[in-house]
Order: sequence, then structure tokens, then C-alpha cells
Amino acid sequence: MIRVVLPQHLRTLAGTAPEVQVAVDGPVTQRRVLDALEEDYPVLRGTLRDQTTQRRRPFIRFFACEEDISHRPPDELLPTSVVSGREPLFIVGAMAGG
Amino acid sequence: MTAVRVLVGTQKGGFILTADGSRSRWDVSGPLFGGWEVYHMNGSPADPERLYASQSTGWFGQLIQRSDDGGRTWRPMGNQFAYDGQPGTHQWYDGTPHPWEFARVWHLEPSATDPDFVYAGAEDAALFRSTDGGASWDELPGLRTHDSGPNWQPGAGGMCVHTILIDPSDADRLHVAISAAGVFRSDDAGRTWSPANHGLHSEGIPDSGAEVGHCVHRIARHRDRPDVLFMQKHWDVMRSDDRGGTWREISGDLPSDFGFPIAVHAHESETIYVVPITSDSEHYPPEGKLRVYRSRTGGGEWEPLGAGLPQADCYVNVLRDAMAVDSLDECGVYFGTTGGQVYGSSDAGNTWAPIVRDLPRVLSVEVQTLL
Repeated sequence: MIRVVLPQHLRTLAGTAPEVQVAVDGPVTQRRVLDALEEDYPVLRGTLRDQTTQRRRPFIRFFACEEDISHRPPDELLPTSVVSGREPLFIVGAMAGG
Repeated sequence: MTAVRVLVGTQKGGFILTADGSRSRWDVSGPLFGGWEVYHMNGSPADPERLYASQSTGWFGQLIQRSDDGGRTWRPMGNQFAYDGQPGTHQWYDGTPHPWEFARVWHLEPSATDPDFVYAGAEDAALFRSTDGGASWDELPGLRTHDSGPNWQPGAGGMCVHTILIDPSDADRLHVAISAAGVFRSDDAGRTWSPANHGLHSEGIPDSGAEVGHCVHRIARHRDRPDVLFMQKHWDVMRSDDRGGTWREISGDLPSDFGFPIAVHAHESETIYVVPITSDSEHYPPEGKLRVYRSRTGGGEWEPLGAGLPQADCYVNVLRDAMAVDSLDECGVYFGTTGGQVYGSSDAGNTWAPIVRDLPRVLSVEVQTLL
């Protein structure tokens, strides 16, 4: 299982604990994790990426293993520690006040 | 027993204010969707328990929430607002082409007869429609793809469809207002559109009397007079007696004809309300005195209404969708401010009292009269 930490607003929206776990078939990539997350929590569709273009929303960031992986290709494999479940994928709202 | 439900959208959530028909004691509930911008909440005239809310943030995008029990419980509905085809470009503030990008829903307008039928006015300017209670949304592309679309440009708040009027005598007749393109009307349920801005004059555009390009802030009508429309423009308060075919100025003796909202009395079709602010760059009331102005003559002659409102050191604004009326025997008038106050009058504006003082910045106010 892949561990995913959600930002506060999306936890409230999806009715989840801060961290959720999703099952990903095949290579564990950013795209597949988001697909699995939206499958389990349909209310998150459109909140992380555009539903038509599938592009990451501008104020959404992805961190893993203390690195910003927001700008890596969506089909690139995630770090081994995330794939093994040792580390979570952090989904973060950009720090922009408000 | 009669009651009033005031739906308040704010920059950090939605609030519902309720009172019985006396409108003397209010219950305040919320925040709903705390921390999110609620641009608009509106109820179905056909089923007052059916409410819709537009919930968004710049971080997480757009959600549409729906309640079937008058706001006690809510559930998220469909939120895919996809432009039909390749959306192309409109003008950016500097006149250069800018891609059409969906940002948020500014206004939700349910049908008078079908609770599942609702229009959504979007930024960047487009009109969407749901016929399944908000589960799915389809664009009515005839508006956005009007020949003039590539020349539309945003107002300071964005390029948005902020007003949607459904003709009470014929639901196929629609008017929308777009900042900063102007008024458009359709006689075929939104399939085709034509500009309805003849008579408007605006500084800040190359041709002050152009067919399209005016920053219309709000239009309103009385349900018994579908041909008569009132408008608060960027500057100027205007009136049309032919469904927007031509407009004439009715600013008259207002201290300033700049403002955002305009509303019509529920029972007197020639009684209208505006909230003048100082200028396009000074979005606060003249002299620091918060005053609603009422005309009982369909415009031209105006009287200030300040009893119960702050008359010193007040520098709030009232945004375009933040004023509404109830339809009780003595018409109630309500508005919310950028300072978070919601004021109400149960005597058609003669006297005012705050219903709640310290909400976040108020973006919209709608009123349901529950009989």
C-alpha cells in the first residue's frame, strides 16, 4: 500500500485521517497514485489536477523523502521508500498565505 | 408560519442566517466549508430546501455543494466544468491574447420550476447548465463563442459571468452580465446570444459606446415587469424598458454613480436600491457614511437610507452579489459588506440593523422567503 498524506482541506473534504493508504497496481508513479486516490475518494477529483488536462493544479506540491517531486514527469517511478510504504507521499498546498 | 433564510457566501465559508417572519431575532449557523471561498449560495424557487453552493479555493479548485434539507447537510456534486471544444483566447488586461481558463463559479441560478435545473456563471466567462441537480455540467458554448469573445477582457475581479437572469414570463429568455464585456441576451434558452449594451458609455475602452466591452457590475429586475431591467455599471446606474435593447442613465442625484449591487423591491417594481461608493479606485462609501440609496421612481431621484448604518469612519464595500430582498408583506432588504457585516432592514430600507457583524469578507447574499 502507498501512504499518502493529505492537506487539511482535503482531509475534511474526503472525511479521512491525515494519512490514507491506496493500492496501486503496476509501477508506482505519481499519476497512478493520484488515479488510485481519486478512485477511492471521488470527491478529490479536480482538487489536485485538472480533470481534462490532468495537469497538477498550480498551488499543489508533491514531496517525498524530503524532496520536492512536483515537477517530475507524472509517469516517473516514485522513490523506493514510497513504493515500499516506508515513507509517505506528501500532498501539500503551496505556502501562499490566506 | 413565515420565515426568512439568508444565504451568505464569504471569503472563508458559507453562513446561513434564519429568522421568523418578524425578522427580529436571528440564528447564525456556519461556517459551512470553512476556509474555502464561497462565492455564492442560492436556493431553488421550486423547492426551497434545495440549496446549491459554489465552493472554491485557488489551491484546490472548484466544488459544487448541494443540500436537500435547507442547509443542514450538504454533499459535493459534480465539479467538472469543461469548456466545449478548444476555448481559444480572450484579451488580457494589456490587450494581448490570453487563453480561456476556468477559475471558479461566481453565480448559481436555479430554475423557477425544476430544482434539478441550475445555471452556473463561470470565470473565465462561460455559462454552464446542470439538469441533474449538479451531478454534471455542460457548457452552453454559444455565449463564450460569440464573435466578440476574443475581444472580451477581465474586470479587476476576473472575467466572469456574475449575473444570470431568467425571464419569469419565458424561461427560454436569459440575460447574463459579464465583467468586462457587458450584457448578453438569449431568446432560445442559451443556445445563441446577442449583446444588449446599446446606450451604455464607458471610459477606459477605446470606443466609449462600443457594442461590447462595458464593465457591467450587476443587473436586476422585478418579476412582474420582465421587460424592465436595472443596471449598476462600473460608473452609471442604468435602466432599460425593452429587455436590454436600449439603456438610459438614471443616476440622477446620487452622490456617486459608482457601485456594485442593485436590487429591486419585491412588491414595487419602480423601487430600486443601490449602494454608492466613492469611485473606481476608492471602493468605500462617500464621507465614510454607509448609506443605501433608494429610488421610488424607477431611478433619477434617490433618497439616502442610513438609519442604523454606520455614519462615520466606515470604509467597507458591498460587492455585486451581496444584496437581496425578501418577499414578505413589508419587503426586507439585506446586504453584506467586505468588513463582514450583514445588515437587514424589515421596512424596505427605512431602518437597518446588523444581523451579524464579524463574518469574513462577504461575497454574496441571497434571501429565501419561506412561507
